Amino acid sequence: MTPLAKLLEAALFASARPIPTEELAALDPEASKAALAAALDELREHYDVDGHGVELVELGGGWQILTRSEYTEAIERAQLAARPARLSAAALETLALIAYRQPIGRAEIEEIRGVSVGSVLKSLHERGLIDVVGRGEGMGRPLLYGTTPIFLEYFALRHLDELPRADELAVALRAEPKAI
Amino acid sequence: MTETAAYAGYAPDAAPPSFVVELTEFSGPLDLLLTLIREEQVDIYDIPIARIAAQFVLRIRTLQLNEAADYLEMAARLLRIKAQMLLPRTDGEEAWDDPRAELVRRLLEYQQMREVVDVLERAGEERRNRFARAYIPQAPAPPEAPLALSLSELLAAVDRILRIARDPAIHDVIPRAIDVPGAITVIRDLLAIRARARWTDLVPYGAEPWQVLSTLLGLLEMAKLGECRVAQPRPFANVEITRDAASEAA
Repeated sequence: MTPLAKLLEAALFASARPIPTEELAALDPEASKAALAAALDELREHYDVDGHGVELVELGGGWQILTRSEYTEAIERAQLAARPARLSAAALETLALIAYRQPIGRAEIEEIRGVSVGSVLKSLHERGLIDVVGRGEGMGRPLLYGTTPIFLEYFALRHLDELPRADELAVALRAEPKAI
Repeated sequence: MTETAAYAGYAPDAAPPSFVVELTEFSGPLDLLLTLIREEQVDIYDIPIARIAAQFVLRIRTLQLNEAADYLEMAARLLRIKAQMLLPRTDGEEAWDDPRAELVRRLLEYQQMREVVDVLERAGEERRNRFARAYIPQAPAPPEAPLALSLSELLAAVDRILRIARDPAIHDVIPRAIDVPGAITVIRDLLAIRARARWTDLVPYGAEPWQVLSTLLGLLEMAKLGECRVAQPRPFANVEITRDAASEAA
């Protein structure tokens, strides 16, 4: 491996969170953008081609070394690590709406989901998956919610654009009901 | 209307649902409604409102109080649409506004969201199955070796303390009570301005034995009360006193 790839590997190994590309660049101020990208590619290939138990993943606006999913069971059986709890259906529905319609207020979420979402919003906020991103117009200037970088990390997304666009979904809202 | 015909042929009590579903399985009234539409295999754009409304009411009979409002609101909405459907239509069919349109729009919107939920669920599952370093708990630090002291070391320590302390004049010794509260006040004052202090900061060179003892007892008392932490990195090292984070927060 090139010295830069090794340096990146060391930094990524030492960090518990994904490291943003800019921070990786700061590790070696002399390295150009192209050199950095090449080194990241080199490191990823190194893990993929040579057959390693870990892989280099780009997510949440940064890079992170993660264990390969085929070893999850064994690691969990040995109680070396535990998978985080799954999100509830209510939490996922609320997150889906926030991800697609952000900034979005509580009333709009409740209108679409058909249930009250106060406690779900609170727990999503506590888990750092959403945050207040502003205040809406209208009565009481309601709080508007948006997703956070932790949301991207949680779903291993590089950025929000990675989610299918609304018009790519099977149910397109633009479709008008058939004449009856 | 085929609608009315369908309803007439449908008797809720005679035909129990094909399978029993717990309401908690649904994340809301729209979810339940979509499930019914799927089960009954009806066209979402042409919902037989009467049949679906009857099914809906049947399913929500065992309502939990805290979700009642959301489901009852939907039940009321369905019944209202049903009533509107039953009203005789005027000749101008073109001008007729389908009372189900708003419901269809909401169902489609909800269905679209469910699709996003599926996408998120798959992505989340993929990430869940891979561990980052953070998830691996750090191995507990090996327990510190028990303090091993020989008698001679202990005596040497006593000797050293007493040598540092000024020789008391034995002939005119004034019996002095040990002043623990006073020592505590001194330690507190010091810790109030410094988060961390050393034994030698508390006991000046040449302190008398009663001062040494007062400070020691005061220190132990404060440690017991959790006001400070006392640590000695190795035998005979300078004792380090730190303000306890918990009491600081209090």
